[in-house]
Amino acid sequence: MRVLCLGAALMALPMAVAASEPKVFETRLDNGLKILVQEDHRAPVVVSQVWYKVGASSEYAGVTGVSHMLEHMMFKGTARHPAGEFSRIVAANGGRENAFTSQDYTTYFQMLERSKLPVSLELEADRMRNVRFIEAEYAKEHQVVLEERRLRTDDQPHAKLQEHFDAVAYTNSPYRNPVIGWPDDITNLSLDHVKKWYQLWYAPNNATLVVVGDVRPDDVVREARKQFGGLKPSVLPPPRVEQEVEQLGIRRLTVRLPAKLPHLLMGFKVPSLKTVQDEKEAYALEVAAGILDGGNSARFSKNLVRGQQIAASTGVGYELYARLQTLFMIEGTPSQAQTVDGLEAALMNQVKRLREEPVTEEELQRVKAQVLANHVYQLDSAFFQAMQLGTAETVGLGWKKIGEYEARINEVTAADILAAAKKYLIEDRLTVARLDPLPLPEGAAAPEAPAIGGGHVR
Amino acid sequence: MFASPRVKTMRFLILGIFLLAGVSSAEAVPEIQNWSTPSGGRVLFVPTEGLPMLDLRMVFDAGSARDGREFGIGALTAGMLDSGAGALDADTIAERLDAIGAILSSGATRDSAHVALRTLTDPPKLKEALEVFETVISQPRFETKDFEREKNRVLLGIQQKGEDPGEISEMAFMKALYGEHPYAHPVEGVKETVEKLKASDLARFHKEAYTRGNAILVMVGQVTRPEAEAIAVQVYARLPEGAPKPALEDPAPLSGSETVTTAFPSEQTHVYSGVLGLKANDPDYFALVVGNHILGGSGLVSRIMEEVREKKGLAYSAFSYFLPMRVQGPYQIGLQSKNASAREATEIAVRTLREFVDKGPTDKELDAAKKNIIGGYVLRLDSNAKLIGEVAAIGFLGRPLDWLNRYTAKVEAVTRDDIQRAFKARIDPDRLKTIMVGGIKPAANGGQ
Repeated sequence: MRVLCLGAALMALPMAVAASEPKVFETRLDNGLKILVQEDHRAPVVVSQVWYKVGASSEYAGVTGVSHMLEHMMFKGTARHPAGEFSRIVAANGGRENAFTSQDYTTYFQMLERSKLPVSLELEADRMRNVRFIEAEYAKEHQVVLEERRLRTDDQPHAKLQEHFDAVAYTNSPYRNPVIGWPDDITNLSLDHVKKWYQLWYAPNNATLVVVGDVRPDDVVREARKQFGGLKPSVLPPPRVEQEVEQLGIRRLTVRLPAKLPHLLMGFKVPSLKTVQDEKEAYALEVAAGILDGGNSARFSKNLVRGQQIAASTGVGYELYARLQTLFMIEGTPSQAQTVDGLEAALMNQVKRLREEPVTEEELQRVKAQVLANHVYQLDSAFFQAMQLGTAETVGLGWKKIGEYEARINEVTAADILAAAKKYLIEDRLTVARLDPLPLPEGAAAPEAPAIGGGHVR
Repeated sequence: MFASPRVKTMRFLILGIFLLAGVSSAEAVPEIQNWSTPSGGRVLFVPTEGLPMLDLRMVFDAGSARDGREFGIGALTAGMLDSGAGALDADTIAERLDAIGAILSSGATRDSAHVALRTLTDPPKLKEALEVFETVISQPRFETKDFEREKNRVLLGIQQKGEDPGEISEMAFMKALYGEHPYAHPVEGVKETVEKLKASDLARFHKEAYTRGNAILVMVGQVTRPEAEAIAVQVYARLPEGAPKPALEDPAPLSGSETVTTAFPSEQTHVYSGVLGLKANDPDYFALVVGNHILGGSGLVSRIMEEVREKKGLAYSAFSYFLPMRVQGPYQIGLQSKNASAREATEIAVRTLREFVDKGPTDKELDAAKKNIIGGYVLRLDSNAKLIGEVAAIGFLGRPLDWLNRYTAKVEAVTRDDIQRAFKARIDPDRLKTIMVGGIKPAANGGQ
């Protein structure tokens, strides 16, 4: 997943493991649409997601952000359902909907009472092939996306830091570009770019339908065939698979902008489960993330936040299910009495410890206990289960990998972690970024004469 | 927290606050069991099947509204509970919980403080988790060393809010709405008050507020009724008897409208505008909440979103909502727009509100809103995590226990006239408190 959570890795666990676990039904329509169905009868609801194998990492220089812009235009109407109607139909059926774009995928979803699944499938099938690209709609949505960028990135010191970090850490990997796109690229994107992107990638043979909920696979497949079966497949371009070139030494950058607190980001180039030669290494990195930051007893909280009180906060992230080579990320904010130098040294020291000493049996057992428990907790969310299946399928691992997770984590040994740390968590693979706060002017509050509040109407 | 924004970008923001609920089919609505322990501790319980896990939440009337002049004491007290309790130091608490995969969290809002536990129901694990939980709520140590560390972390968090125009705007909005009322100050306090706090202050606050009489225990999960009863006795065992806190005073009614701009070096201006809104058991609850669903509470299909975003492209996120609280919570419109268009976007949103107050919704809008609320109600109750949130709100806000069962009927009964009457009576567009933080230019004196 391209979703980094704190405590990391351990937030992103799977479901289908043992024989008693929920089973996944898989099929493929003649036009290439993959369908995955998982029954979950705990509540009379259904989650339906359509995953396209296209995202920011499919994009080229100059058109970054086109996948995300297309995601927005997918709500702007077809011949059958004009602009705005899609959302109104979902709402009138009691549904919730949204969509998201990441480096590796673009996903559309609805959550509905179980009997309403056909509503979702009809609408998704329609917009898979029949979106109308209208200039007037695009002109407005283009502005909305620019506002989204200002909100999520431009006015967020940590987001800016991350954006600059990725652009330095990666040399040739498409992961170096932000999902939302660089400002000038977004500004220069035309409707024609967006339309061509749609024609290139949106086809049944580049999509996966994932349905989880109080449904029967037979019914889902019958309805899906009725709605999607008539859509024509496309000749797809090959996915971009270029791997990042070898890094030849530590990289450093500083981001200076108005902010209140300093912040530190560190990332080591590591393989994902998809790119690794020996899968054991990827699972070892996943457990290493848990050793450092999986819970309040993990090393960072215990030693750096509480013990030495060097960090006010810490985080670790490893995207096991990334499509391309990824980063093992460590971040932190220094505590009040500390400097960024002190924090960096302390974090590096913790990484060094991983390289030099085997983790204790107790620590290993703790991570495994958390994996076991999280596995049950995550079954509480049908949406999360669908996310897991869709991610693994879309990045090319296949959904069955999700079912292996718990067993593979349980096999990880202290020696595996030591070996993975020695190989990957080393300075030559490291990029370090610092947020160096510039003073923020203290703006004085200025009362205005009544205007916006409507006083002039009185 | 590691939330990397490059990662995902969504069609629209999902607000953390969903105020609507309704019921679509009787089978989906759980029965809430309700009892008191022999010592008088109140309990709400919903048994669920299918997953061997239990969610447990203890809610105390000990949020920031109970801070007095010591702004931030409620939040810091809740936040420090797991930093040492009884015979357990912070490391031991963390190790014992992590070793069984149990998750403990605590925190405060304006109305309440809570301690939550999620654990497997495998008997040895459940026993271990409950022991730690019980110790944490009833025997926190508040040792100076831990206290100074956590206080410093809170102070850094307060400082960091100063780099976020949205946070600055929201703080100013609450202050403008509530003046000297205890809802006015930020939950985590302000630098000047938090700096003065001492560990002994927290111990005193805990002793007064973390009592049986001032608490409610909520459980959702796969345990039997007798097991749930035993758990309740255990977790209430060492809390002192205590009494419920006296009712909060009502906030003072607002006088005229007011607009305040604060310069901030950001690309967008963050706007909050609103008035005092709903309290928990408000007679106008359903009329106002269903009405606002149409006006600004239903994402892309709401009127404010339609006017500000869909027709004009002026904002990514634009909304309005009522936050029901023990006494009148805020009604607020929120949006962010580039500095050059923030004033126009705000005017459009306020004009949309004014039209809605004047004319109410159309029949078609009301029908669509009811279909969405009622048809989607099962989605509010489809997991243990969502259920415990709903049930805890019912318990803490003193809603009737059949709240979930009667919700859709109440929604269905709302008429256009109800909405129009309630909005006219309660929402005066001439009394809006409006806060704008960003690079916007202040309006020339005298308005437009």
